[in-house]
Amino acid sequence: MTESKPTVTGTARVKRGLADMLKGGVIMDVVTAEQAKIAEEAGAVAVMALERVPADIRRDGGVARMSDPDMIESIMAAVSIPVMAKARIGHFVEAQVLQAIGVDYVDESEVLTPADEAHHVDKHAFTVPFVCGATNLGEALRRIGEGAAMIRSKGEAGTGNVVEATRHMRAIVGGIRRLTRLSDEEVYAEAKELQAPLDLVLEVASAGRLPVVLFTAGGIATPADAALMMQLGADGVFVGSGIFKSGDPARRARAIVEATTYFNDPDVIAKVSRNLGEAMTGINLEDLPAAQHYAQRGW
Amino acid sequence: MQRIPGEAFTPAAGEAAADGAPLVGVLALQGDVLEHVSMLRKAGAEAVVVKRPEDLDAVDGLVIPGGESTTIGKLAEMYGLLDPLRKSIDEGLPVLGTCAGAILLSRKTLFADGTPADQPLVAVLDAVTRRNAFGRQVASFEHDLEVAGIDGGPVHAVFIRAPWFEEVGSAVTVLAAVGTPDGKRTVVVRQGAVMAAAFHPELSGDARLHAAFVKMVNEVRGGQ
Repeated sequence: MTESKPTVTGTARVKRGLADMLKGGVIMDVVTAEQAKIAEEAGAVAVMALERVPADIRRDGGVARMSDPDMIESIMAAVSIPVMAKARIGHFVEAQVLQAIGVDYVDESEVLTPADEAHHVDKHAFTVPFVCGATNLGEALRRIGEGAAMIRSKGEAGTGNVVEATRHMRAIVGGIRRLTRLSDEEVYAEAKELQAPLDLVLEVASAGRLPVVLFTAGGIATPADAALMMQLGADGVFVGSGIFKSGDPARRARAIVEATTYFNDPDVIAKVSRNLGEAMTGINLEDLPAAQHYAQRGW
Repeated sequence: MQRIPGEAFTPAAGEAAADGAPLVGVLALQGDVLEHVSMLRKAGAEAVVVKRPEDLDAVDGLVIPGGESTTIGKLAEMYGLLDPLRKSIDEGLPVLGTCAGAILLSRKTLFADGTPADQPLVAVLDAVTRRNAFGRQVASFEHDLEVAGIDGGPVHAVFIRAPWFEEVGSAVTVLAAVGTPDGKRTVVVRQGAVMAAAFHPELSGDARLHAAFVKMVNEVRGGQ
């Protein structure tokens, strides 16, 4: 009844496995322990601990960096669900710090100011799993090749505008569907076009899905937005500014959780969409200066 | 049927279950539903998702998957599933809970630090679980585990922010335990037709635990 073999940590299976456990759930940005508790009470599967939500990063400008470890730890102490935190693209020392304090997932995020304009973090080198953003299939597979254990479509964070999330989900899912229809010769050529590792391209062509969980992010502000992403093929949803920049965060958070579980049931989405108070104002993409298109960060 | 999160975008032609295969539901409020569906099919059962109380009527057995126990419990409460689940299981519906599912089945659960957690539970298993007992994600591990009643060598067990069973009642049989620096910790239990594992048998590709569960479902069905 007992065992003798050694145990192993930090394997691809346990890293990808935690993302599997988050499927069908909502991950919410929080900046205080109080917000983290509201998110957990509303049914969030995890929280993203950060000092400023993307809408405030946009407003404040300047360089956005990893949050204060004290602040992240206060959120880890406040809730029992997994806690994620963001490191700058390519900033492997910020990632080392986040692993050292014991966060459950590192988001190598374009919402922060990139620290390296050519290289992403070598995520295989870490015990903590990473989630990375992607705007298309090739970018998703490059991140997985570097060791990402979870992908989120980027969208355009902090805008409350779902149009970029839609574009990126359609690009990724459409890219997957296209691969499954190609002959072997065409898959080799497509790998070159995608600028992605051939073994991963072949794996997707055969499985008809990414080898890791695919969430969506960037601009989700309403229950209907969340259900739209789920119907487009997301396995779950990140909501950043959309909850705590709205009129009634607790209620909106719960409504988005319900709409994510019952994403194919318009009666439920209608019910939870009533009387939510004001949604975040939102930004039209054409009003956004080029330098503020975060989705273009990452290579 | 609607897409289960994680499912392929080009569904393969699935093999039909054999005639007379039991129908096992997977509670699909949140979590790794898809992995259980495919393991149940591998173990010879037909599998369907359960999202509504009425979905329970047709099933011969039920799986509560891994996921976040707080999320699944709150949604089960909001959508009127907790009482029907409890009633069906009390009346003999076989159930398998893994990780979050094991927590939801237990009568009481504790936070990692041992203080009581107040969250909705199905509470049909006379056991106290301790959430995230082995630690946070960086401590998640894989381990070869002997499970009583599972022949053919150890089960490769995947523990992710896993709980353990802190206490079990006299009607509960301990089927497996893991050694820790502080002694052995119970990780698989059975009480009648209720099975619970602290790890994720659905993630390893080894369907023996699901096969044992499907066998139990068939026995309960045959006995009716």
